Amino acid sequence: MTTLATAPEGRVRLSSRSRARGLGTRASAQLRAFPSRWSRIGLVVLALVVVAAPFQLTDDWLQVLSVCGCFAIAAIGLNLLSGYTGQVSLGHAFFLAVGGYVAANIGDKAGLPFIVWILAAAAIGAAIGALIGPFALRLQGNYLAIVTIALLFLSEYLFNKWTNITGGGGNLSVNVPISIGPVDFADLGSVGFDSRWQGVFWLIWILVALAALLARNLVRSRAGRAMQAVRDRDLAAEVIGVSMFRYKLGAFAVSSAFAAVGGALYLGVIQRNISVSSISGIQGFVLSITFVAIIIAGGMGSVWGSIVGALIVQGLPQALATQPDLLPFVGDDKAITLTSFNNLLFGVLIVVFLLFEPQGIAALWRRLKARITAWPSRP
Amino acid sequence: MSALADMVLNGAGAGAVWALVGLGFVIIYKSTGVINFAQGGLMLVGAYVAYNMHVTWGWPFWVSIPGAVIVGALVGMLLEFLVLRHMIGKPPFSQLMVTLGLLFVLQEICANIWGLDQLDLASPWGNDTVSILGAPIRVDGLWTIVLAAILVTGFFVFFRYSRIGLSMRATALDFEAAAAQGINPRTVYQASWAIAGAVAALAAVMAAAAPNSLTPALQLSALIAFPAIILGGLDSPAGAIVGGLVIGIGNNIAARYFGDWMPWLGQSFAGVFPYVIMIAVLLVRPYGLFGTKEVRRI
Repeated sequence: MTTLATAPEGRVRLSSRSRARGLGTRASAQLRAFPSRWSRIGLVVLALVVVAAPFQLTDDWLQVLSVCGCFAIAAIGLNLLSGYTGQVSLGHAFFLAVGGYVAANIGDKAGLPFIVWILAAAAIGAAIGALIGPFALRLQGNYLAIVTIALLFLSEYLFNKWTNITGGGGNLSVNVPISIGPVDFADLGSVGFDSRWQGVFWLIWILVALAALLARNLVRSRAGRAMQAVRDRDLAAEVIGVSMFRYKLGAFAVSSAFAAVGGALYLGVIQRNISVSSISGIQGFVLSITFVAIIIAGGMGSVWGSIVGALIVQGLPQALATQPDLLPFVGDDKAITLTSFNNLLFGVLIVVFLLFEPQGIAALWRRLKARITAWPSRP
Repeated sequence: MSALADMVLNGAGAGAVWALVGLGFVIIYKSTGVINFAQGGLMLVGAYVAYNMHVTWGWPFWVSIPGAVIVGALVGMLLEFLVLRHMIGKPPFSQLMVTLGLLFVLQEICANIWGLDQLDLASPWGNDTVSILGAPIRVDGLWTIVLAAILVTGFFVFFRYSRIGLSMRATALDFEAAAAQGINPRTVYQASWAIAGAVAALAAVMAAAAPNSLTPALQLSALIAFPAIILGGLDSPAGAIVGGLVIGIGNNIAARYFGDWMPWLGQSFAGVFPYVIMIAVLLVRPYGLFGTKEVRRI
């Protein structure tokens, strides 16, 4: 491996064609954010799709995709924690709630601009995440899972108690500014948008792209490799000098920052309302499991997988909520109610993926790619 | 005196439910090393099956309880056969998550068969109370203590003296050594899941015994049982019983006195009091009162 990586150009020369196909035989290729020409082309196509979508899709669909975007950002955070650092968290919803309340207090009550409240959400989310981190130093796996569940119930009590932050009465409506400089995403009449959702869609998916880029760069850096070492063999990692304290704490902080940003966008920009009972306690538990389902279906340890997972796990229920006729047997007066279908979907996705493809859709995609690249021979 | 009897006996009645739920967690944790989040789902199945037997089919209540316990055991074995058996050797994270997935599946299956309404299990006790030391004590709570005591004694006898019980203990002690002695781990897992399903069913029937208290929210008691098993020690069956009783009684005392002692905490604090205890235990003594102390620095 080392000889391959350090060999001078030309010694282990691959044809440019096979390199472009992303066979990834060289370490330097694996360290790139976008290893092959095809991945770069794919990215440009995706960017074009995002730019074009608000001109083509109805508001219903834009809303569905915007929700998916928020969930994707938070799911990337959970994937950094669980998928890359191997720490279980069943309390992810708590950090979304933190982001939501930061947006409500800094963006709405204090009236500060978008850049300020979104960064404040990230910073405060990270700080609170870092407070939870020390638990991960003492506890592992099962125990950590239970502590993070306890977080949901304790936060329900706190949110109900701390009324000057959470508004009291268990419900808080939020109205935050979403303009960056002169560009107000809520009102993009200048490019011909007549609906708020068109601008919101752009804003959120730009942030998804930024979050994905950030996460991708983090996991291929020194810190990212240290996180993966903690996941794969924590004792060995510590022996070779990876500080357990720094990386477990850091993983919790970064993961919570992503969750808080996703939560601030979801609760502040899309829902524009925060209800304590829907983000903490038992509903918070269901929400947290949604994120677990997203990263398991999408792929543990894959940034792209988090986005694809969010589109599937959150997109299908959201689409069904706005398009009641999409599936003939789902609906309030049909064979199975929508909530029921959603919960069943999470459950079945988690079980089926863990049984048959624990690495999720990301692994299915990798295998498909390997088969295509190696064709006509078998990989 | 009567206030104390009220808190202790009624608390023990609630605690006995948690002790049973906790025992289900501990049995599976001991043999597989995983916390079974599907326990709440097994509880729902047990309670709704009892409802179906007693109310829908009109079987006597005393036949419906063992009936539900048997069905609970069979469902536990079925889950093990269909899913958990194939997860052996997978990372703990995956095993934990698969049980969470099963929780959602079981919950929705029950919701689709029996609906989301409050149902009445029509237990013979209703809201009856008897007076002990001048305090009104719920009769269903007392029966919970009695039935839990019978089932738990049965379990300990089985665990201590039967062949399968011996295999379970051996497997928990050292999986590979037990397999090398000819103990089939599948039998052990199957037995663990059957017992977990059975105790979950009994716990659920007793938890839902009060009139109009059978709802899907019943599965929450499984989440609320965590403080009990952490306090007792995750791998100690006796610890689950003690932890359940302590948390049940402690919770009642907290609900009674915290409002007076520390009014700024508010009435709702009693609801989260067990979790506060749990976090304190986890930080000071993560293996609980009776659990095996793991020697490992992380």
